Amino acid sequence: MKLNRIALSLVLALCATLAATGCKSKHTIPVTNVPHPAMTGPATPENFNTRPINPSDNTPTVTPTPPQYTGGPIDTSTNWDPRQMIQDKEKLAAYTVHFKYDSAVVEDTEQADVAAVAEALKSNGDAKLLIEGHCDERGTEEYNRSLGERRALALREALAKAEVTADRIRTISYGKDQPVDPGHDEAAWAKNRRGVFIWCTPKPAVQ
Amino acid sequence: MKKIDSIITGLLLAVLTVSSNTLFAQGNNLIMTETIKVGLTPPIPVYIEGFSGEAAQVLGFDLFVQGFKPVGSPEAAQYVIKGSNAGNITGSLTDNASKTVLFSRSYNGASERRQAHAFADDIMGAVHNGSKPIGGTKIAYKSQSPSGIGEIYVSDFDGYDPHQVTSDGSIVAKPAWVPGRMALYYTSYARSNPDIFYHSLSSGERRIVAGYSGLNTSAAVSPDGSKVAMILSKMGSPNVWVCNADGSDLKRLTKGIEDSSPCWSPNGEWICFAAKINSRRVLAKVPAGGGEVQRVPTPGVANPTEPDWSPDGKWIAFTVQMGDFSICVMSADGTIAPVVVGSGQNPSWSPNSRTLTYNHGPMGHQTVAVLDAFTRQTRDCRHASGSNSQPAWAR
Repeated sequence: MKLNRIALSLVLALCATLAATGCKSKHTIPVTNVPHPAMTGPATPENFNTRPINPSDNTPTVTPTPPQYTGGPIDTSTNWDPRQMIQDKEKLAAYTVHFKYDSAVVEDTEQADVAAVAEALKSNGDAKLLIEGHCDERGTEEYNRSLGERRALALREALAKAEVTADRIRTISYGKDQPVDPGHDEAAWAKNRRGVFIWCTPKPAVQ
Repeated sequence: MKKIDSIITGLLLAVLTVSSNTLFAQGNNLIMTETIKVGLTPPIPVYIEGFSGEAAQVLGFDLFVQGFKPVGSPEAAQYVIKGSNAGNITGSLTDNASKTVLFSRSYNGASERRQAHAFADDIMGAVHNGSKPIGGTKIAYKSQSPSGIGEIYVSDFDGYDPHQVTSDGSIVAKPAWVPGRMALYYTSYARSNPDIFYHSLSSGERRIVAGYSGLNTSAAVSPDGSKVAMILSKMGSPNVWVCNADGSDLKRLTKGIEDSSPCWSPNGEWICFAAKINSRRVLAKVPAGGGEVQRVPTPGVANPTEPDWSPDGKWIAFTVQMGDFSICVMSADGTIAPVVVGSGQNPSWSPNSRTLTYNHGPMGHQTVAVLDAFTRQTRDCRHASGSNSQPAWAR
């Protein structure tokens, strides 16, 4: 408490001094001979505190990386790997589903495509499905990566309603990284907001 | 009589205002942080003399993106910076009002660039007491070709000295630094799936931290480096999850329809992220240990995403989409409403809690840049060809 008071009075005193000197220099004294700081050009090195800069403080060594990696949690939710399958991008290309702007709702107009994909899966027990979710270029990169995933998952849910078991389906979001039309207008965007079905079948056993 | 009274009162007030301003300027920035208006702070005029070439470029860049503005004569300057880069860098900082030399110093070792960065740090530290230096800091970012294939890079914060980190030849995304260490987390589609990798830049070792089915992206490391927040969709929707630095002890934090871009509060207690509630994009936060999701209001702006919490805890920067993309800053406690400070996306705070890195430009041709949120002064970083985005500032 006492300290506070002392601090306050010091601050007030400082205020008063500043106000007073401010007035003086502006109004009462015509010329104030302020001693100019000695340094007018580059100072001589002996006047300086030297601060050594160790290159290792700032310069990282980035080790070039081979494209390998190790470990990683094992995913048990789906027990198949699309990379181990034959991926047919043409078979279901006609059933590509399109979405409204910023939406992951599978519209009524798209239900026939979903039904056709469900039928194909139900009549081919060995086949699996990879669903790609894509976005138009509006929206930020990571927002679109989530939106693209949500679109692929919405299609998986729609297929599950048509009695395709979810573990036959994997999803992958490309966000806005893989547009089918590079244009920057609504016509291009409408094509790019899509879910793509990739037909996956087992590779023939090696003889 | 009344009139005279009010005139006198007015004069007194004017005098008080002037003297308190003087006090603020003299005592400098212990008080300044309280009076700062994000996006509206006038730059500090400085006169720089005696430097040439790379030293002048570095000094000019570093000071500009921390709220200084070069002026053409010493008379117009609040501070005068004099020195030389003949041989090593020497320099001094003078308060032009009091003609006091605040410091004089010479630098040796490393390169002229690094010496100039260090001098700029010392100037910033002398003017803004306690400002965290940024001159020696790094950014990580993705550089992408039109095909969508990209790689992660690391460079000085101004874009110089770039190093390619990945060579996967796949889509990559969202690099994030481990605080205080030369190590990154990022997303790579190397395994034909968006997986989160940990990558030590000193040893080159890397491993998958999250490779679940569906989306694994947007890693954000806790301030103490022990935890990682991220977006996973393994349970049927893209949500915020948290795990240990090595990927163990995985825990789901949110259950909304579509979440993205988690970031940590500097005290490690909260994770702020972009969510979708009632079909609207909003910001939200959740306790890092699990708990109730709370809205983070962003009054006056629409479609907020990509939040980043400043290291001093005071600010949250984020991207809004209202036609084009803009960078907004608001106070983390909600007392200062969002202010648009620039045009672009992906803001990431520097250690000084005022300068941001971000990317901007036409679709597919993004440029990484640096922005002072207080004065809105911005400069592009030096960058390679391709589209460069998602910069993350090491801190």
